[in-house]
Amino acid sequence: MDLNISRRAAALLILCSGFSLLCGCRGEVPPKPTGGVTIVPPIKPDNGPQAYPEAEKSNLPVFTMDYPRIQIPFEITLWMLLASFAKIGFHVYHKITIWVPESCLLISIGLIVGAIMHSVHEEPPAVLTSNVFFLYMLPPIVLDSGYFMPTRPFFENIGTVLWFAVVGTLWNSIGIGMSLFAICQIEAFGVQDINLQENLLFASIISAVDPVAVLNVFEDVNVNEQLYIVVFGECLFNDAVTVVLYNMFSFVAEMPVVEPVDVFLGVARFFVVGLGGMGFGILFGFVAAFTTRFTSKVREIEPLFIFMYSYLAYLVAELFAISSIMAIVTCALTMKYYVEENVSQRSCTTIRHVVKMLGSISETLIFFFLGVVTITTEHEWNWGYILFTLLFAFVWRGLGVLVLTQIINPFRTIPFNLKDQFGLAYGGLRGAISFALAFTLPDNIGRKQLFVTATIAIILFTVFLQGISIRPLIEFINVRRTNRNLGTINVEIHCRLMEHTIAGIEDLCGQWSHFYWKDKFMKFNNRILRRILIRDSRAESSIVALYKKLELQNAMEILDTYETLIGTFCSSEHHTTSFSAKPKKKFLAADLRNMHDILSKNMYKIRQRTVAYTNKHTLPNDSQTKEILIRRHTSIRRSLRPGSFQSTMVPKSHKYFSLPAGQSLDLKFPPARLNDHETLSEVAYPTRRSRSGRPTRSSSRAMMPLRRLDTLTEAPSVDTVGDGGRITDHGVSRTNSSYSDSHVAPRRHLNSSNDNDSGSVDNLRNNHHEAPEEEEEPQPSSSSPVWAAEPRDGTTRNPLLRRPQWNPKKK
Amino acid sequence: MRTNYRWISDVSSCCCLCFFSVSPEQIKNLHKRFQQLSDNEETISRENLEKIPALANNPIRKQIIDAFFDKRNQHQNEVGAFQEIGFEQFLMVMSHFRPPTLKTTEEEREAMRKEKLRFLFNMHDTDNDGTITLEEYRKVVEELLSKSGAIGLEAAKAIADAAMLEVASTNVPHMAPDDFYEGITFEHFEQILKGLEMESRMHIRFLDVDTMTMRCGKSKS
Repeated sequence: MDLNISRRAAALLILCSGFSLLCGCRGEVPPKPTGGVTIVPPIKPDNGPQAYPEAEKSNLPVFTMDYPRIQIPFEITLWMLLASFAKIGFHVYHKITIWVPESCLLISIGLIVGAIMHSVHEEPPAVLTSNVFFLYMLPPIVLDSGYFMPTRPFFENIGTVLWFAVVGTLWNSIGIGMSLFAICQIEAFGVQDINLQENLLFASIISAVDPVAVLNVFEDVNVNEQLYIVVFGECLFNDAVTVVLYNMFSFVAEMPVVEPVDVFLGVARFFVVGLGGMGFGILFGFVAAFTTRFTSKVREIEPLFIFMYSYLAYLVAELFAISSIMAIVTCALTMKYYVEENVSQRSCTTIRHVVKMLGSISETLIFFFLGVVTITTEHEWNWGYILFTLLFAFVWRGLGVLVLTQIINPFRTIPFNLKDQFGLAYGGLRGAISFALAFTLPDNIGRKQLFVTATIAIILFTVFLQGISIRPLIEFINVRRTNRNLGTINVEIHCRLMEHTIAGIEDLCGQWSHFYWKDKFMKFNNRILRRILIRDSRAESSIVALYKKLELQNAMEILDTYETLIGTFCSSEHHTTSFSAKPKKKFLAADLRNMHDILSKNMYKIRQRTVAYTNKHTLPNDSQTKEILIRRHTSIRRSLRPGSFQSTMVPKSHKYFSLPAGQSLDLKFPPARLNDHETLSEVAYPTRRSRSGRPTRSSSRAMMPLRRLDTLTEAPSVDTVGDGGRITDHGVSRTNSSYSDSHVAPRRHLNSSNDNDSGSVDNLRNNHHEAPEEEEEPQPSSSSPVWAAEPRDGTTRNPLLRRPQWNPKKK
Repeated sequence: MRTNYRWISDVSSCCCLCFFSVSPEQIKNLHKRFQQLSDNEETISRENLEKIPALANNPIRKQIIDAFFDKRNQHQNEVGAFQEIGFEQFLMVMSHFRPPTLKTTEEEREAMRKEKLRFLFNMHDTDNDGTITLEEYRKVVEELLSKSGAIGLEAAKAIADAAMLEVASTNVPHMAPDDFYEGITFEHFEQILKGLEMESRMHIRFLDVDTMTMRCGKSKS
């Protein structure tokens, strides 16, 4: 036995190390595998736990080995490593995963490993028992889907999602089950011994769709949001339905006769199970949110609560034999919003990473085992039954989508057209859940092997055939698409505007519908839930949130891209050099163009507020921004926060511009600058004139921040940075300062310091344009401050500084 | 009530021409609501709408009510504001929110989208001079944020300014040094919201099927 074990371990290790070599990540391979390979062979002749002959003496053994003790976790670790290496391998050449879904590749690898194991007469791993699957493998997968569920589209389409998930699954199970039962009556196939209950059980197994691959494709081609969310939600909730059906049918399958009363009880149980799961999920979700309210002092264990509570919800639901999938999904949905506001940025990232990691490894393993098991188990192949299963699965799915959409379409604001329906029907891949359910069928089912074989056949068929062909097909029939990457503030404002408009119109019509409920829920949420569940419970409009984020990002962009540049300008202590003299030497035109490109590309791509669409295997792509956020968070936040703003910035501006706080800037600043500043801060400024066609003086002043655009012809976004920053500065500084003289001066410093930054950006551009001109005009490197030097020779250099002189001219 | 229905059928027959997706049944429902709001009068005035309790919490209540009395939303090429509107005008405003059906062609979809955008634009452009000025934009943003408490006017203003800048920078990248951005024209407005999906946002299903919900609304208010 020991020999056997060690041989297994050795085989695994060899596989593992082989893979690691394959993947070309030799550097990352832990020393363990190679060591293991060399250590294991000497044991074989010994046939005992001790490794070395010296240990035969009764002395204290110098070197011992106790493999059975670590066997299980050891093998699990190795399997996981193997699967992970496989995943690394796929992404070495990224184009593979575009055309062939990852699940296909995993299954293929599994097939290869299975073939190797089969050739050495090796047993497949015994980890896939019912308990292991339901208690350890399933929760991470479902938590992953639930946690990253795009909330808004989901609730907008919740009716359709549930309709397809519940009714669609029932339709498929019963349809396929009945038709298969009919097939079983044909003597030629030799499967008359399968009764109706078993057929239904089998049908419920294979009606669980798991379209991970499809979702990836949908996401890549930007398929419209309604279709996406229906497929997403369907796969999530029909897992729940399938598991319920599975439990019900496997109970029924053991009964000799089924009475009508049992059917009614079954239906009642169905609702108890589903709604009960939801109830537990919501309960635990709120408790989790409430707990994270108090974790501000124990940040290090913050993420743990999320996992523990979700798992607890799952286990408790399992305890009462209600739908544990429902429980964990609703738990994740409920707590996500509140938890992410309570926990720190770091914990939030951790939570997302770990949820993704667990879900993805769990699924990888299942697909991997699917491949292995396909080879290593004994199959019972019955052409008739399996082919008819395939046929019925396909036909009933198609029919179901057609019929169910006809019923649901009148209730939908945007009906599904035929293309959408095709996407829905064709996206019905079978996957991990079906396989695991089939594999964990109780042994007392007579044709278990046939069922397993048929399930594997249908999974392989759908995953390979449909999974590979869906991308070209979707692109070919040109399904309606949605552009999701709109992160501009205008869009956000108008989304809100539209929502409120619709809510208003609905109210006006006295109608209770989607927006009515959303409105009511938001009110309830803001008034009660947030107060209870969130530590810092100020309600924040999404516009403001977006705005802050944009601003933060802009600040970061400036810091990141122009770190060196600003350093050149600002950190030199005494500003003896003038603005334009230095960059000319340092930056070539090409560099400048590069910078413009970088800036204009990155400027307004903001972090998405809610993680809109994720696929199962990658984290939402905001993670990178998040990392930056974390890095920059503290420093920038401090400087943007109203309270600390002046205190931190004033000394800086002193340093930079060597202007004492009390000194009247007006002497050095032309009055127009001040006006510019004040029109911005004035509550009411002359509307009439600002709208009038002629750019009168005041109107041009009122639109000053906008006018700065004109100085920028190449990279408008560069300019936006400066202005965005400036506008807030005004806003922020005004919120906590009255218009007293003592405050005015610092504010101007602020202003000027900011102008300095953005000015430098502008200046760069100017350099780019006017480099030859400036080269001919040597800058006197005087020790006077830049601002003071400006009136003398700054006419062409800095548009910002130049502007005050234009206004009088225009007048 | 009975007598009114005959009148409705007149209205509906003429309205059906312009709103191809509205059935007499739905118009009947809307008319019921209309009468409820107007206290069985022929016309509705601002006060009637302002009295709706459910609307009281809407931050842009004023804009919504104004939209109903705005002649620009009647497709008659008129400007100005009504003092009172009849059921026909009421329906006309409502028709902006009809969802596309399966039969709607691409061109019709585009036209509907434009119509909805125009509706939004008119909500911004209070003095109907064809542009949304910074002033007008700020006002709307302020209203939008007015219910969220601690944000305050300043932030709203800053946001409106930033949004305006965004519009300017996307639409007029090459401005001459002397001109300034006067306001958002409708073309610019279309441009900035180009990628935004309106289908899921600017539709109300009541023009489709909704006798149940109407009853709910009635019992409530």
